[in-house]
Amino acid sequence: MGEYSVWSVLRGGLTGQTHWKRAWRDPDPKPAYDAIIVGGGGHGLATAFYLAKLHGMTNIAVLEKGWVGGGNTGRNTTIVRSNYMLEGNAHFYEKSLQLWEGLSQELNYNVMFSQRGVLNLAHSDAQMDGYARRGNAMRLNGIDAELLTREQVRAWAPMCDFSERARFPIHGGLLQPRGGTARHDAVAWGFARAADRLGVDIIQNCEVTGIDVVEGRVTGVQTSRGPIKAKKVGLAVAGHTTQLAQMAGLRLPIESHLLQAMVSEPLKPWIDCVVTFGAGHFYISQSDKGGLVFGGDLDGYNSFAQRGNLPMVEHVVQCGVALMPSLKRLRLLRHWGGVMDMTMDGSPIIGKTPVEGLYLNGGWCYGGFKATPGSGWVFAYTMAQDRPHELNAALSLDRFERGAVLDERGAGPTPGWH
Amino acid sequence: MLRIDCPWCGPRDMVEFTYVGDGTLRRPEIGAEDGHFDYVYLRDNPKGPHVEIWRHGVGCRRHVAVTRDTATHEMLATGKPGEGAS
Repeated sequence: MGEYSVWSVLRGGLTGQTHWKRAWRDPDPKPAYDAIIVGGGGHGLATAFYLAKLHGMTNIAVLEKGWVGGGNTGRNTTIVRSNYMLEGNAHFYEKSLQLWEGLSQELNYNVMFSQRGVLNLAHSDAQMDGYARRGNAMRLNGIDAELLTREQVRAWAPMCDFSERARFPIHGGLLQPRGGTARHDAVAWGFARAADRLGVDIIQNCEVTGIDVVEGRVTGVQTSRGPIKAKKVGLAVAGHTTQLAQMAGLRLPIESHLLQAMVSEPLKPWIDCVVTFGAGHFYISQSDKGGLVFGGDLDGYNSFAQRGNLPMVEHVVQCGVALMPSLKRLRLLRHWGGVMDMTMDGSPIIGKTPVEGLYLNGGWCYGGFKATPGSGWVFAYTMAQDRPHELNAALSLDRFERGAVLDERGAGPTPGWH
Repeated sequence: MLRIDCPWCGPRDMVEFTYVGDGTLRRPEIGAEDGHFDYVYLRDNPKGPHVEIWRHGVGCRRHVAVTRDTATHEMLATGKPGEGAS
């Protein structure tokens, strides 16, 4: 397989590019493993990588019903940030951001992490006050945040409407300079390759159809490629979290919702940071291919369909045009939908379950991509040590029953509003 | 565009409605010790037919019980809350 390096590139150039090997093996499942991770997306693969690298667990498998990175890992708008206010969230997401900063080196795979800055716009004095509060909370937690004036925002994002006719005049914004974007597929592929090199079996086209539980303890899983035994099973399946948990008799505080994202036709470089609208739900960045990548609200109703409806496309584009009028000249190249496992407080669940040996990593709402390395890091710790790390202690499943919810937005127990 | 057959107004576009949520939940009796956590937080979240409540905010402003397939978005039945569809 070999290390990717400038030398391998040069050598490949001189040998007709014949040096490329497949990036990870395609093994058949063994009858038993020390641990199984269900879900071959970014989170599952990251978990496997850190389990093997940091906790010495190499006799493990990642089971993926389709292909690696074929779910939400390959369907998101690739934004990475850690601009959270609540204590239980902030340190976790900051850990994740710190892992992003060294990820390409760590994986020996270019995930194209670009710290181009994430700028949240404010459109009222009250919103500026709110951002000052959030920015201060972030800085007290050692996370970078800068409150920008209207003129500073203009320098960062001149394509926004600063005219007299702006529907929602821009008052300023909150900037996280270390935030940015990454190449989502490369994150899945990089973790897959790195985990495979440490001995992890990545088994694709292997759907889990049952979870074996004996006297409150997990003993293995049933799959489309036969039964596999394991004393530890971690679920990292995003949209179908509740379906998997049901196989072990668990009912979760999660509804699956539908989120759409869109890409425009490619442009020359136009916007060099991530901008989010503060008067509606709209976020935009530009991919390295030139397409404008943007999204907005959930469609609002439970769905597993992986496709959206046009009223929400129109609504999101209206938000975009209100913020950046020149968008209206562009054509939409494509749009798609994904299944979001929305929790009751808008924060994810990473931790133990009432079933011994069964661990849950889910409920990412629509913010899972940025958490990929951090999620894998704490989930690997949780699975290996059978207890949560202090970074994910507040993200436990039982927090809802204890009344210790982490509701960053203050929207209450209505999943579609987070 | 989804269309919902409002039992009071007839078929209307979904944009006239607001999604309320799972229509199978039953609020525990006032004063009950148990059941509140399940009612507020836990959901079956089925992939397939889902009984849910929509509010016809830009129409009759009443609640409508809808059975909809969450895997296909097909509208299977609509009715008044507490009758038929729910």
